[in-house]
Amino acid sequence: MQNGSKMIKNKILSILKQIPDPEIPAINIVELGVVREIICNENITQVNITPTYIACPAIDLIGKLIKEKLVKFGYKNINIKMVYYPTWTTDWISEETKLKLKSYGISPPNLINSKNKKIICPKCNSNNTSLKSFFSSTPCKSLHKCNDCIEPFEYFKCI
Amino acid sequence: MNKELFIFCLRLADNCLILAHRQSELCSKSPFLEEDIAQTNFGLDLLGQAEAIYNFAVEIEGNINTPDDLVYKRNERSFYNFILSEQPNTNFAFVVIRQYFMSVYLKIIYTTLSNIKDSKLSGISLKALKELDYQINHFELWIKRLGLGTKESKEKIQNAINELWIFTGELFERDNLDLNMEKNGYLLNSNLFYKKWINFINDIFNESNLNIPKDAYMVTGSKNGIHSEYMGFILTEMQFLQRTFPDAKW
Repeated sequence: MQNGSKMIKNKILSILKQIPDPEIPAINIVELGVVREIICNENITQVNITPTYIACPAIDLIGKLIKEKLVKFGYKNINIKMVYYPTWTTDWISEETKLKLKSYGISPPNLINSKNKKIICPKCNSNNTSLKSFFSSTPCKSLHKCNDCIEPFEYFKCI
Repeated sequence: MNKELFIFCLRLADNCLILAHRQSELCSKSPFLEEDIAQTNFGLDLLGQAEAIYNFAVEIEGNINTPDDLVYKRNERSFYNFILSEQPNTNFAFVVIRQYFMSVYLKIIYTTLSNIKDSKLSGISLKALKELDYQINHFELWIKRLGLGTKESKEKIQNAINELWIFTGELFERDNLDLNMEKNGYLLNSNLFYKKWINFINDIFNESNLNIPKDAYMVTGSKNGIHSEYMGFILTEMQFLQRTFPDAKW
């Protein structure tokens, strides 16, 4: 029984991995760390999600996308629950996902406690970059400029 | 306790909501583009905090209202935000000082709440705290730049401090409800709260060559829903659509 429910959860997880983040479509909502837990009862499938930033405008949409996707795969009685704890952190993003962010043109976040505070240009890999604005197109990013290739780029703020 | 916790949450969320509204008014009107993005980001953060706390509050109340009901269907006398939060964006110095006074206030409130047993409210508080530090850092930089800048910039920021000071008394007022919340660990006692708050203000004002006004008359009333003349205008704008087309959906 235990193994059975684990299999169901893994199946749901693999379905949710097909949903791209609405604002950064290069990565999916599971690797972003937004999907926290899947709880399967006999009748109800509950997915706990957490926002990256408290006011993340995409979180409601993410809930809707999860519902739509699971309905498409035949699940019924889906419950989306918003949780705030543990607090979302960029440290949950894996190295593999960071590479995806970088090739999409977003400089990936450093680890929070890392001594390396250098921000790398995602286009030419130079670390000779400067901060232009601490706030940018979404709450989770800041705006920078590469002093070598002169391209502007966004950095995923570590939080 | 539940009824009191509900009102306590309303007071907190109302502050976030009204501050967020004031920040949203700066959209496309900030001094320059990057600042515009920063100010609207802060507005968004505050709106997110308000939404999360209203969501929590309606659950405590027993789902009689929705968060939208609380925002769009209450009258002025039923809003409990501080009179400081509703003060207008007279000039940029007023924005900086109002938001700084309130972000430090919120930081102290959330720090206490992050340690309570209720995992939902403490979770929201921990999350809010992370983002609040961005706001505090940002406004401290502005206070320094304006205080240590030109004669005119110093005059303007000192004037904003002097004008807004009379609204800060409310931040440390305690009514019976607050005293009960203190007993249950949701709120620091007034003296300790004031000490923490004034330490922040003293440090940054000293660094920036700015003065704290002498204690004088302090405005009061918001805990009983009494507001300044600005509140009615905010609600008129914010609630217009739902008042004109009740229950209209996006």
